[in-house]
Amino acid sequence: MSEPLVVFDGVVKRYGSITAVKRMDLTIDKGEFVALMGPSGCGKTTTLRMLAGLEATSEGEVRIAGRRMNDVAAHERDTPMVWQSLALFPFLNVRENVEFGLRMRGVEAAERRRRAVEWLERLGMEGFEDRRVDQLSGGQRQRVALARSLVTEPEMLLLDEPLAALDAHLVIRMQGVLTRLQRELGITFVYVTHSQSEAFAMADRVVIMGDGEIAQIGPPREVYRAPANRFVAEFVGRNNIFEGEITDPGTDPAGEFATMAGPVGRLAIPASAAAAGAAVSIAVAADRVRVTQTEPEAVNRIACRLISEEFVGASVILYLEAPDGSEIKAQLGEAELETLDLTPGASLWVSWQPGAAHLLPGGTG
Amino acid sequence: MSGRGGAILSRVYLGAVFLFVFAPIMASFVFSFNSDRFPSIPLGSFTLHWYQKAFSDPDVWDAFRTSLKVAGSVALLSTAIGFCTAYTDFRFGFRFKPAYLALALLPPTIPLVIMGLAMLAWLSNVGLSGTVTAVIISHTVLATPFAMAVIRLRLSQMDPALEAAAWNLGASEWGAMRHVILPFCGPAIISALCLTAAVSFDEFAVAWFVSGLNKTVPVMILEILQGNVDPQINAIGTVVFLTSMTLVVLAQVMVMTRSRENPAKEKTE
Repeated sequence: MSEPLVVFDGVVKRYGSITAVKRMDLTIDKGEFVALMGPSGCGKTTTLRMLAGLEATSEGEVRIAGRRMNDVAAHERDTPMVWQSLALFPFLNVRENVEFGLRMRGVEAAERRRRAVEWLERLGMEGFEDRRVDQLSGGQRQRVALARSLVTEPEMLLLDEPLAALDAHLVIRMQGVLTRLQRELGITFVYVTHSQSEAFAMADRVVIMGDGEIAQIGPPREVYRAPANRFVAEFVGRNNIFEGEITDPGTDPAGEFATMAGPVGRLAIPASAAAAGAAVSIAVAADRVRVTQTEPEAVNRIACRLISEEFVGASVILYLEAPDGSEIKAQLGEAELETLDLTPGASLWVSWQPGAAHLLPGGTG
Repeated sequence: MSGRGGAILSRVYLGAVFLFVFAPIMASFVFSFNSDRFPSIPLGSFTLHWYQKAFSDPDVWDAFRTSLKVAGSVALLSTAIGFCTAYTDFRFGFRFKPAYLALALLPPTIPLVIMGLAMLAWLSNVGLSGTVTAVIISHTVLATPFAMAVIRLRLSQMDPALEAAAWNLGASEWGAMRHVILPFCGPAIISALCLTAAVSFDEFAVAWFVSGLNKTVPVMILEILQGNVDPQINAIGTVVFLTSMTLVVLAQVMVMTRSRENPAKEKTE
């Protein structure tokens, strides 16, 4: 198999005594849409900047199309980036902004004008060529920034939280624009974000980073349903995490479930190879948790006190307190809410099927 | 009611402050057109006599020529040095940066007499005292911090990603300087040129120490004053004041242009 487009080979980045990226090994294929995701300070932006040559690597090497890039200056790489602040040049008009990359490459005036106008049209910005950048709306400036990066027809596009400054309804629209562009152009997108919804909606593969390390790599569905460790489970989605130890490794009548005991009581979990007495933690996605007014039949049930609720579009997230003081999140549809007493402090039951629990490797790690 | 009364009062107060500050200059301006030899009320008749007298004197022309030559050179030199200093501060972090900045901003805080004496002592040692070059060097030292301050303020308004974006799009370090940093700082550079020219054009104390026979306008004014009371001074003073004011106002206009140019609040489609 030929070398992937991008290879991070044991890359380390240190700032003085702080290690921002710890031994990163990552490959990105041609035409792939990869999202680097993680909380702020996890090293995702540093990784992107090393790819663009804006930060030097402390150890290891970055290869693009098989070529070692460690000593290649930023301006000699073909890795255009869309910036969080967009970084449009305020003293140039829209067309001149888009032409910038071509001008730096010495493309002659008529040709670069033609290509800039072509890209602006492609992104639905015809008629704005002579506008000043500060006369554009947020979404329009986004399109100009995209046109400016794509006009040189690069093999990959780097995006650093490009939608962070936009209104919610525009974010969804720009997500559509970006996915469509990526499919049409067939080029690699490396997308840095802390927003799970952006990463999961667009990316083929998600790289979850925490504290300078890759915590999990995989398709969005897989990362969402099967978090590889506690960090991912807490960062991705709305997971409830329960810790405890195995008291019975799968001896119920059906032999299907094991039992663990923890601060919230005994819980039935998917049978595992763990021996009795082993420490274990499980993640239960908030949308798999049911909430009822009266005590349910389910094996896993906990009497809780309602703390607060949060509206997320069509669904609502209830924050409840378990008897041991831990917080449990439950995501419910509007219809399910009608039967419940939602005054703060109300007594409610939460329950879930044993199969909804996802066993986290590494015990309580 | 009190709000409105307060607003009127504060306007009156502001007017009074301006009157207090500008009254001497206004008086000089008015008496420069007064036919009487001594400044007194009631005024005599309107005349341009003092202007004619002043500008028929070759010494006055010489002084203006010297001042303009000095101001022009100082503007170019101190703006160039000020830009480099400000850019260094913007771009690089290094260990003794606070000390570097303090040193760069120091000259205006040194008493002018001390500065003048020090300059005289040093420049005469290198054989430059009494030359136009001496005045240019001294004024460049005095004016550079102003240029640096104006350009540094502009750079502080710049998104640091702008320069990196230029590299990212294929511009070398010099390319980014030429195509991004300099155009972005354009208004501030013009503003700094005007401001430093004004600083030099007005400066008296240091110039008096180092200028020798190459008198600048303020030095020449003192020499005329030491001899006698001559309404020519009002005429020359008015021209000097208008020149400096024009430069300062120009500098200010550039400052206003650049704040207007800042991106408007995010709008939605």
